Amino acid sequence: MIVRLRQPTREIEVDGVHTVNQLLDRLELNRESFLVIRNGTLVPGDGRLADDDVIEIRPVVSGG
Amino acid sequence: MNQSKCRVCREPAIIDLPRHNAHFCGEHLLQLCRRQVERAITDHDMLSPADRVLVAVSGGKDSLAVWDILLELGYRADGLYVGLGIGEYSDASHDHAVAFASDRGLTLHTVDLRDEYGYDVPTAAKVTKRVPCSACGMSKRHLFDRAAREGGYDVVVTGHNLDDEAAVLFGNTLRWDIEYLARQYPVLPARDGFPKKVKPLMRLTEREMAAWCIVRGIEYQVDECPIAVGNKHLGYKEALNAIERRSPGAKASFYLEFVAKMAPILAERGLAGHEHLGHCEECGAPTTGDTCAFCRLRARVVGHDPVPVELVLHGAARKAYLAGRDDVAPTGGSR
Repeated sequence: MIVRLRQPTREIEVDGVHTVNQLLDRLELNRESFLVIRNGTLVPGDGRLADDDVIEIRPVVSGG
Repeated sequence: MNQSKCRVCREPAIIDLPRHNAHFCGEHLLQLCRRQVERAITDHDMLSPADRVLVAVSGGKDSLAVWDILLELGYRADGLYVGLGIGEYSDASHDHAVAFASDRGLTLHTVDLRDEYGYDVPTAAKVTKRVPCSACGMSKRHLFDRAAREGGYDVVVTGHNLDDEAAVLFGNTLRWDIEYLARQYPVLPARDGFPKKVKPLMRLTEREMAAWCIVRGIEYQVDECPIAVGNKHLGYKEALNAIERRSPGAKASFYLEFVAKMAPILAERGLAGHEHLGHCEECGAPTTGDTCAFCRLRARVVGHDPVPVELVLHGAARKAYLAGRDDVAPTGGSR
């Protein structure tokens, strides 16, 4: 699947993960600090992902 | 297909909130957020229906969410955006604030530091050799106070959320800074020319606020302020989120129990340090000296050529800024 990351904006390809939590674990990202979005809709931690999905992982922490 | 169901209605969930040990659909996530804001307002006597409210708007998720929620709850709220001159980041933030207000027919006041006061945050940081976030925070507070006074607003609302407050508390506690701890409260009453200031998002995490914006279709500034990248405050948040991951609810206990149990003890002992305030000779703002910090800063910086933001970035902030110059560059790696 295509995964879009922010700060800075970039895209990577990730295969072999089946849920949001698996994806975040694979990328070593803390679930407390990110939301996962597919087609404009949030997907929960146990939400299933498919290999042809385009996913945004959005950071939620701000330092201002 | 999602596996989990909303705790309230059993429809497919869109978010898991470990601190509530529950999943929620979009509608009931919004309900949860509204109720937490209502509870904060009631518990701490933050707002009354007759108040004229000024929301400090940055274009980020928290300030747009709190403005949205207050309007939903029936409060009369206008916004104020302060242009800080932090390059493209400020331009995009302003665009988000303006779009939010114009889509809803709301009043958004705008003050631009460079246009109206002759300086911006990067230039102030370079000239004074101060930490940029310090000059930025002080300038914003001064201008929000002033706009509230001159505009006849009863209260200033800021979008500080549970994570923000827990991180500040963490920093104050690491130093056992009693005076700062004694001042850390979600309501600052009006006094000596300062408006009342409140933090209605004190019970909500920034993950919940970002989710509010996504569910409500609110476009906000997702990118981090280039100057804030790698700062101490973000380090505290990272540490607290590492704890939260292992002990869901830890951040809420840390901050909300401080407010409930420790803040009254500190207040009782009068440790907050209320100095006598006069008026600034330059602008009339309340101050402990002859001239307020804002006017002193401005006097030092006005007349200097504008400094591009990249010249005040160091370490992680500079590295992240330069990496961001290549838009959507495939990297093949994780963060």
